[in-house]
Amino acid sequence: MRIGVLALQGGFIEHIQMLRSLQADAFEIRRKEDLEGAMDGLILPGGESTVMGKLLADLGMTERLQGRIAGGGLPVLGTCAGMILLAREITGPGAAYLGAISIEVRRNAYGRQLGSFHTEAPFKGIGPVPMTFIRAPWIERAAPEVEILARVDGRPVAARQENALVTSFHPELTTDNRVHRFFIDIICRKRKTP
Amino acid sequence: MQTEAAKQQYELNRNLAQMLKGGVIMDVSTPQQARIAEEAGAAAVMALERIPADIRAAGGVSRMSDPQMIRGIQEAVSIPVMAKVRIGHFVEAQILEAIEIDYIDESEVLSPADDKFHIDKSLFRVPFVCGAKNLGEALRRIAEGASMIRTKGEPGTGDVIQAVRHLRAMTSEIRRVQSLKEDELYYAAKELQVPYELLRSVHENGRLPVVNFAAGGVATPADAALMMQLGAEGVFVGSGIFKSGNPARRAQAIVKAVTNFNNPAILAEISADLGEAMVGINESEIQLLMAERGI
Repeated sequence: MRIGVLALQGGFIEHIQMLRSLQADAFEIRRKEDLEGAMDGLILPGGESTVMGKLLADLGMTERLQGRIAGGGLPVLGTCAGMILLAREITGPGAAYLGAISIEVRRNAYGRQLGSFHTEAPFKGIGPVPMTFIRAPWIERAAPEVEILARVDGRPVAARQENALVTSFHPELTTDNRVHRFFIDIICRKRKTP
Repeated sequence: MQTEAAKQQYELNRNLAQMLKGGVIMDVSTPQQARIAEEAGAAAVMALERIPADIRAAGGVSRMSDPQMIRGIQEAVSIPVMAKVRIGHFVEAQILEAIEIDYIDESEVLSPADDKFHIDKSLFRVPFVCGAKNLGEALRRIAEGASMIRTKGEPGTGDVIQAVRHLRAMTSEIRRVQSLKEDELYYAAKELQVPYELLRSVHENGRLPVVNFAAGGVATPADAALMMQLGAEGVFVGSGIFKSGNPARRAQAIVKAVTNFNNPAILAEISADLGEAMVGINESEIQLLMAERGI
């Protein structure tokens, strides 16, 4: 199983290490050409969404990515900034990026770094998981076809719509690999029913 | 003794630095510059009234920036905002924590407030980045509570030689520590004047326990890529951007250089037609070595 990790900026190495610990073949995506090969799944990591969004556009990767996710049904996991990149709408000024999941997200919803926190909350289909929020966004609104998988203080912080999975928090920063396994399960099921 | 809550906060602060990796942190003096930096792809901005080149030119005592100026920049952008305090000036740090700064840089660029003691950074909830020119300095700052390290380089010069020297010193010392026998670590800790536990972590993992950026004298996309190839996890650019002919263009090019640091074809493309780089001063021409502050 080959899983690409967008490696333009941010915490991509943490995802790669997590995937490798699960025996998945992880590779870095830095250029448009990296999007052309065989790929069973894709992770958009945490970092700064404005940086990654700009680099995606400048490096001519936005449309190709949209094509593979929406058109091709490529399973994709977005964490924190990755969730912002995948959202259809962003609260406030600023345009959306890939528009792959029908949610509206609020940037820096918990405030600045002093609002960052660690907690544990139930994740549908997994159970309680440790969650690290770093200047994190939350899901402001979601379309009916989006399944909310986790909430913290009533706010949705994880969701899924078909092949797209998003979390406000950083599963790659903990030692708990169940969210990544959940994503790999989505890929496996997708491969069985092409 | 650190409480559970303090340990967790430190972990969150290390985590924020992890999210800045592969990014460029740019010095800005106004909300307008902050927006230019954000649009160009800065991963964070450093708010300061005068960039290091101007501090160097003006001389005199250089202090923390006006909180009102910093607030203006916080309101202008969504990316993290950092600001500098003088070495050892814990009250300036308390003030920046009160306005919820995202990262404090206890920086040798400003005039030191204390010639012996750095700030006890473990007393703060807000994260700190500190400069270092070798492994000993880096681990001492981490022991005091820094959750991110950068090379000192020589700020405001546009001359990258010191940043290269500091990063090479750190990586070669790390390799040496990795090669030591277990029982030699105690003596090495004594030699380097650092806590044994931190040195042991370097020995086991072959890296600093926190994220390590390059800073001080980076002026071109090639400089930024050089630092990345030498092992930096990201780059601070101070005077190099807003002292150049076309700041927006140069800022974008440096951002792309940090992402594509290993791709000479892309580096060639983005290095072309950037307008004038900052003039710069060679290290042999300067009077004041900021890197000597705070060891």
